[in-house]
Amino acid sequence: MALITCQNVKVGYEGRTVAENINFSVEKGDYLFIIGENGSGKSTLMKTILGLHPLMEGTILTKDGFQPNEIGYLPQQTVIQKDFPASVKEIVRSGCLNQGGFRPFYQKEEKKRAKEMMEKLDILELQNRCYRELSGGQMQRVLLARALCATKQLLLLDEPIAGLDPKAALEMYDFIAKLNQMFGLTIIMISHDLRAAIRYASKILHIGYTPLYFGTKEGYLTSTIGKHYLQEGEG
Amino acid sequence: MSDIFVKLENYFSYPFVQNALIVGVLIAFCSSLLGVTLVLKRYSFIGDGLSHVAFGAIAIASVVNLAGDTLLVFGITIAAAILLLRTGQNVKINGDAMIAMVSVGALALGYLIMNVFSTSSNISGDVCSTLFGSTSILTLSSFDVWVCIIMSILVTLLFCLFYHKIFAVTFDENFAKATGIRVEAYNLFLAVTTAIVIVLAMNLVGSLLISALIIFPALSAMRIFKSFQSVTICSTVISVLGAVVGILLSILLSTPVGATIVVVNIGIFFIFCVIGRVLEGI
Repeated sequence: MALITCQNVKVGYEGRTVAENINFSVEKGDYLFIIGENGSGKSTLMKTILGLHPLMEGTILTKDGFQPNEIGYLPQQTVIQKDFPASVKEIVRSGCLNQGGFRPFYQKEEKKRAKEMMEKLDILELQNRCYRELSGGQMQRVLLARALCATKQLLLLDEPIAGLDPKAALEMYDFIAKLNQMFGLTIIMISHDLRAAIRYASKILHIGYTPLYFGTKEGYLTSTIGKHYLQEGEG
Repeated sequence: MSDIFVKLENYFSYPFVQNALIVGVLIAFCSSLLGVTLVLKRYSFIGDGLSHVAFGAIAIASVVNLAGDTLLVFGITIAAAILLLRTGQNVKINGDAMIAMVSVGALALGYLIMNVFSTSSNISGDVCSTLFGSTSILTLSSFDVWVCIIMSILVTLLFCLFYHKIFAVTFDENFAKATGIRVEAYNLFLAVTTAIVIVLAMNLVGSLLISALIIFPALSAMRIFKSFQSVTICSTVISVLGAVVGILLSILLSTPVGATIVVVNIGIFFIFCVIGRVLEGI
């Protein structure tokens, strides 16, 4: 059974519909790109899957026994975080908090896990630095490390490369691809970047266009919508 | 100089001065603990609004004159805290407009009730003391002191137990919620404890000046320190120090307690601003 299945889903917020008739499913090990224009409802869809917005219509099925605490999430940065006094270590460790139960302190394994993730993302030497003084690329890696602390299965990323310079963006993409291939992590990513989608994705969901496209990358390249957007991108 | 110490020593032999110091330190400690989170969550104004609600509640309690008036004040303020928190997420009335509405409404209602129903001959004195806490800190009963001690221990204990979760919810509510942390429960906890601390702090600085106790220590600490833990620790130290210095100064100079504490906090804030600038320059 698929990890997540969306059937005739309608999403929106404050009573306003943003996108509807969304059907797709994510299997274990998939790398799904959700693409579409600004305001097409990509973020709203992701927030609905995460339970941050109520589902307006349709059903979202998850595999039996799949819990919110098996999800890692990389949100878009909020205004609050830009002047928040927090060290890198504090933020990464906070990703471990969903691992269950009431415990006032971090366990040894949790500290170890946070350290491993910081090593993986090459931010261990920044661990005592203040988050708000980091560069955009470093900030994103901190938030990704936190997301990885929270999950072993499914990672949802909301425009992880927004605001990064090309080199940092490339590093980010490569790292996420590695997570998918080497560690079998299922990835759902929102992006504007059609080229990256074609290079990295195993499946593509294109919303904000009727009928929306959902299927493999190969299918997308030959679909009407795919051809249309690809030509536009090149022209 | 030795005159001052003799004078202070003399004052300290009075139990009401000892009580004032105990309560002052505890309240300063608790309010700065919560202050860091409230400031960072952009909830500073909720503290301000709640203090006005507490003023209204005290007015009602003084008129009704029940034995359990402290409980009544706690009840009304906690209810208002939950209401304000809920409307923070409501879209029909803007969050800050709602807070302004509730706070100014409670202030007006409180003053009206005090004026119409009060049996006291010195209404403006009563109002002034509730708003600015002029003398109430020196007239605490031992019951007030015990309520304050127990509540402070409770707030501190809960804060320590939930410290990491409070950090997570403050830093990134969406992430916390998406990954399965019960965000609503922690927000509710914050609202209720804020209400409790505000009611306690009314005795110390009066309802108009409480926000200063919540906001200033956190802002001062944030000028210099850069992790959540160090900011939290530093702001409690600043706050306790400010309260002790403020209370002592007010005794020595015969100035109003609440206003003196706030002025000391403002002084600390400017000193920390300068230090912060200097450190950044290096």
